[in-house]
Amino acid sequence: MAEGASKATTDQVLKITDLRIESIHGLVLVDNVSLELKRGEVLGLIGESGAGKSTIGLGAMAYSRGGCRITGGKVEIDGVSIRDLSAEGRREMRGRRIAYIAQSAAASFNPAHKIIDQVIEMPVKHGIMSKTEAKAWALELFRALDLPKPEIFGERYPHQVSGGQLQRAMTAMAMSCRPDIMVFDEPTTALDVTTQIEVLALIKKLIHEYNTAALYITHDLAVVAQVSDRIMVLRHGKMVELGDTKQILGAPRTDYARALVSERKEADHLSQLPKVDTAHVLEVTNAVGVYETFVAVNNVSIHVAKSETVAVVGESGSGKSSLARLILGLLPRRSGSVKFNGKELPPALKERSKDDLRRIQFIYQQPDVALNPRQTIAEIIGRPVQLYFGRSPAEVKRRVAELLVEVGLPEDYAGRLSTALSGGQKQRVSIARALAAEPDLIICDEPTSALDQLVADGVLKLLKKLQDELGVAYLFITHDLGIVRRIAHRTAVMLKGEIVAQGPTAQIFNPPFHPYTERLISSVPEMRTEWLDEVLAKRRVG
Amino acid sequence: MRIFGHKPTITAWIGIVIVAGFLVIGIFAPWIAPYPEDRTFDDVGSYAPPSATMWLGTDQIGRDLLSRVIYGARTTIGIAFLTTVLSFAIGIVTGLWAVVGGKIVDQILSRLVDVMLSIPLLIFALIVLSLFGSLFQSVIGSLTVLICVIAVLDSTRVFRLSRSVAMNIVVLEYVEAARLRGEGTWWIIRREILPNALPPMISEFGLRFCFNFLFVAALSFLGLGVQPPLADWGGMVKENAKALGVGGMAPLWPAAAIALMTIGVNLIVDWILSINARPSGASAEM
Amino acid sequence: MARTIAIRVVLGLLTLLGVSILIFAATEILPGDVATAVLGQGATPDTVRVFREELGLDRPAYIRYLEWLGGAVQGDFGVALTNKRDIVKTMSPKLFNTLFLAGYAALIAVPLAVGLGILAAIKEGKWIDRTANIVSLAAISMPEFFLGYLFIFFFAVQNRWFPSLATVYSSMPLDKRIYVVAMPAVCLTLLVTAHMLRMTRSSVLAIMSQPYIEMAFLKGLSRARVIFVHALPNAAGPIITVVALNLAYLIVGVVVIESVFVYPGIGQFMVDGVSKRDLPVVQACGLVFAAAFVILNTVADVLSILVNPRLRKPR
Repeated sequence: MAEGASKATTDQVLKITDLRIESIHGLVLVDNVSLELKRGEVLGLIGESGAGKSTIGLGAMAYSRGGCRITGGKVEIDGVSIRDLSAEGRREMRGRRIAYIAQSAAASFNPAHKIIDQVIEMPVKHGIMSKTEAKAWALELFRALDLPKPEIFGERYPHQVSGGQLQRAMTAMAMSCRPDIMVFDEPTTALDVTTQIEVLALIKKLIHEYNTAALYITHDLAVVAQVSDRIMVLRHGKMVELGDTKQILGAPRTDYARALVSERKEADHLSQLPKVDTAHVLEVTNAVGVYETFVAVNNVSIHVAKSETVAVVGESGSGKSSLARLILGLLPRRSGSVKFNGKELPPALKERSKDDLRRIQFIYQQPDVALNPRQTIAEIIGRPVQLYFGRSPAEVKRRVAELLVEVGLPEDYAGRLSTALSGGQKQRVSIARALAAEPDLIICDEPTSALDQLVADGVLKLLKKLQDELGVAYLFITHDLGIVRRIAHRTAVMLKGEIVAQGPTAQIFNPPFHPYTERLISSVPEMRTEWLDEVLAKRRVG
Repeated sequence: MRIFGHKPTITAWIGIVIVAGFLVIGIFAPWIAPYPEDRTFDDVGSYAPPSATMWLGTDQIGRDLLSRVIYGARTTIGIAFLTTVLSFAIGIVTGLWAVVGGKIVDQILSRLVDVMLSIPLLIFALIVLSLFGSLFQSVIGSLTVLICVIAVLDSTRVFRLSRSVAMNIVVLEYVEAARLRGEGTWWIIRREILPNALPPMISEFGLRFCFNFLFVAALSFLGLGVQPPLADWGGMVKENAKALGVGGMAPLWPAAAIALMTIGVNLIVDWILSINARPSGASAEM
Repeated sequence: MARTIAIRVVLGLLTLLGVSILIFAATEILPGDVATAVLGQGATPDTVRVFREELGLDRPAYIRYLEWLGGAVQGDFGVALTNKRDIVKTMSPKLFNTLFLAGYAALIAVPLAVGLGILAAIKEGKWIDRTANIVSLAAISMPEFFLGYLFIFFFAVQNRWFPSLATVYSSMPLDKRIYVVAMPAVCLTLLVTAHMLRMTRSSVLAIMSQPYIEMAFLKGLSRARVIFVHALPNAAGPIITVVALNLAYLIVGVVVIESVFVYPGIGQFMVDGVSKRDLPVVQACGLVFAAAFVILNTVADVLSILVNPRLRKPR
C-alpha cells in the first residue's frame, strides 16, 4: 500500500470535519458531524432510524445516494481530503483505502457473477494484485471467515449460498484490498441471533488481526458494545454523545443516551408480573398446520389464561407466525383442536361466528401495511365498534375518542389519514382497533420489531397497562428474548414447527435449559463489552 | 397552480393546454366551425389550396377541411374516450373478480386473457369487425359496434393491470385484517381494495386513451372504423390520401391533429408518472 | 433448466392452439348467421343456401374447426372465396415481402433503440436523456400513417428522392428492393425505436437502482466497468423481453404502413380480405400474424431463461 509520502506521522487514518449532507429538497440528513479514527480503532455509530448513521458511513467514502448530496465538511483519509479529489481520485480511494459492508449481502452481490469474481475484482481492478495473487488471498480470507469448503466456495453464485455465508463473503470482499478503514453498515441485523454471533465474532477477529480501523453502524447497543472501542450516539443527523464504550454503557452523560441504555438494559432482567387467572381463554391441543405440503406447525399444544401473556419465541422459519395464523383460522388445520373459552373453534375463518371473530384480535408486525392508507383513523377504529356492536354514528364517534385517549393518542387524530402518522402512532392505532372489538385475547405478531427502540418501549408499556386495566390475554409472537423477559408470564420456544420448551418464563430462562433454548439465550448480545469473548470461550470449552 | 397537489412542469402545461384546447374544440364544434361538416362547395372544387376563407382548403369532394377537422375532434376523441371508459369498466370489474372470486375464476379469466393477448389487437379487431360489423350494425349502429369491440379487446390489458394491482393489495395486512374482522367480499372490494387500486391506474387511463385513440384512427384509416360521411380524423386521412399525389397537404392536417392530441395526453401522463419516480441510486455517480 | 424451457415451449404451443380456437370462434361461432353476414342483408335465400353448402356451414362447428386446423398444420388454408385461388400460394410471396420489410426495419431499429436506451439510462437527467425522452414521446404519439404521408410528402413529392409507392416484384434485385422499401422501413424503424428506447431505458434504470450497483461504485470501479460488467448482464433479460414485445408491435405496425405505401404484403392482403369479407383469407392471415406473435414471445422467454443465472444454476 503505497502513498508513503502522504502518510501522516500520527496514527489517524480517517478524519471527518463538520460533515453536512442534505437531501435535494433541502432536508438536513447529517448536521455538522465530526469524527476521528485511529489505525486499528473501531468506532460504533449508534442511533435510531433517521439518525443519519448510514449516510455518515457512505459520506466517509464521499458517496451520497441518489436524492442526497454532501453540502459541507471535510473527509480526510490519511491526510488526503477526498472531497477535493477528482472523480478518478475518489475511485482510487474507494475499495482500496476504505471499504464498505452493507446490511443485505443478498442484495449487494451481483446475481450475474460468481462470488470469487466479485471478491477479487477490487484488488485486480485497482492494480494491487494479479488475478492469481488475489485468488490466493481470497482463499485465505474465506478460510479465516470459516466458510465451508473455501476452495470451491467462490465458484458458486450468490443465490446458491446462505445469508450468513454471503455476509461473510462480503466481509472477505471488503478485506480484499486490505483497506485501512472498513465501514460496517448493520452487517448482522438481517441475520438470526444464532448466526449473528458467528458473523460478529469473525468480523471482530478479522479487524484485530489486520489492524483495520472501522466504523461500525448499528441500532443495537449490545452488538456495538462487543466490537467497538468508542461509541458515537446520533439522533436526527446530529451527534448526541461520544465516548469510550465502557463510559457510554456505564455512565452516559446525555438524557437520550441514558434512555437508550436503560431501555436496553431492562431487557436483560426478568420482570415481576402480577398473578393471573387460571381459566383458560385459549387452549390449543396437538395442532398440525400445513402449507401445501410443508408442515409449518407440528403437533403444538399451548394455552393462554385470562389476563396472561404467553410468549412464543423462535428464529425465522420456526413456525411461530404460522401458529398464530392457525389459531386465527388463516392456516388450514389438519388435526388437533383449538378451544376458545372452552368451545371448539372451527378450523376455517369462514365458519367462525362474528362473536368468535370479535373475541380474538390480531396486531401485525408492520404498522405501515396494517392500516388502510385511504381510511381515516376514525374509520379504522370505528369500524369494529359499528360492525360488532351496531352502535349509532354518534356513539361510534364517542367510543373512537375514548379509545384514542386509552392508547395515548390525541383525540383530534380521528380525522387524519394513517399515512400522516409515525410508525409508533400507527401501531397505537392498530392496538386501538383491536381494543374496539373488546376482545378476550389479542395475538401480537412481533408488534414492536419494526419500531425504533424507544418507541417500541412505549408500545410495550401500553400493552402492559391495557392488560392490567382490561384483563385481556396476549399471545405474543417474537424473536426478541428481551421482550419476553419483560412481559411474558409463560414462554414457549419453537424450532422447526415444534415447541421444544414451554413453561413459566423464569423457568425457561434459568437452568436446566433445553439445548436449543440455551443456544438461543446465549446468542443474544448482552450490554457488557466482555460478553462476546466470554460466550465464545465457553462454547469452545463446551 | 397545483394539480393532484403538485406543480405541473412546463411540458405538462403544454400537454394540458393542447388537451384542453381540443376538448373545447370538440365540445363546441358547431359554434366554432366556419361551415357545416357535410357542406360541399362545388364552386371551389376538390383539393383546393388554403385560402383566406378556407384556411386549410377543401377535401376530396370540396368540403371545408378546417370545419371537418373541427367536427372530427368530436367524433375521434369522443369515441376513444367512451371506448377507454368502457374498457376500464370491464377490465376493472373482471380484474377484481379474478382476485376475489377464487382460484378457478382467476385461472379461467387469466388464461382467456393470455390467449386473447397472444393475438395482436389490430389483427383481432380486423377479424372480429370483418363479420361482426355487418351482422349488428343495422341493429345497434356501426359506431356502437366499433366502441364495444375495441373496448372488449382493450379491456384485456386493463384486466391484467387491475388484477396485478389488486393482487398486490389483497395480500396486504389491512385487507387480511378486514377478513379477520368478518367483513363481506363486497365491503372488502369497495372499502379496502378499490380506493387503493384506482390511484395507480390514473396514468394508465391516459396511456390506454392514447392507445385507443390511435387505434380507432388506424381502423378508420384502413376503412374499417368510423364510416363516412361522419367526419373523423383517421377516415379523413384515407379519403384525402390522393391529394398528396397532386401536391396537396390535405391528409396531413387531420393526421397532425391526431399526433398533437396524443402528444398532449402523453406529456400529461409522463408528468404524472414522474411525480412518483425518484432518481435511481446511482445517478449521483453518473 | 431444460425443464423450464420445455415447459415454456409447450406453453407456447398450447397458446397457439388457444389462439386458433379463438380466431375460428370469432369468425364462425358468432351469434347470427355467418352466410348472411358474409353475403350481406340483401342476399336471396338461394344464394345463401348455395353458400352454406360451399362452406359446409350445415355441419357442426367443432368438425369444421378440426378440418380447418388439420389443413392449417399441413399448410393448407383452402381457397379464397372471392377468386377461388389457393390461399397459401397467394399468401407466400406476400408473407415474404412482409418479413422482408419487418426484418429490414428490425435490423436498423433493434441496435439503434437498445444502444440509445442504454445511453439515455446511464445519462439519466442529462441533456441527451431529456432529448431522447421528448423525441421518442413525440414519435410514439404519431399515428403510423401520419409519419408515412409526411415521408411521402417530403421525400417523394417535394423532393423526388424515393418512389412514393413501394412496388416490389419477385424478380426484383436486392439493391433495388432495398431502395424501394427504404421509406416504409425507416417509417417503421422510427416508430418501433421510440417504444423500444423508452422501455430499454426504464429496464436499465431499474437495474441501476439495485444495491449491487451502489456496491460496485463503492468498490471504486470505473463507470464503464459498473455499466458493462455489473449492470448490463442483469439488464439482458428485461431487454430481450422489451425487444420481443416491440418486434411484435412491428408486426401490427406493418399493416398500416403497407396500406400507406401500397406495399404488397400480408397486411394489405388481410385488410383486403376483411373489406371483401373473404372469411378463409381473414382466418389464414389472422393465424399467421398470431403465430408470429406467439413464436416471438416464446423465443424471448426462452432466451431470458438462458441468460438468468438463477435459473441457469439452481441451488
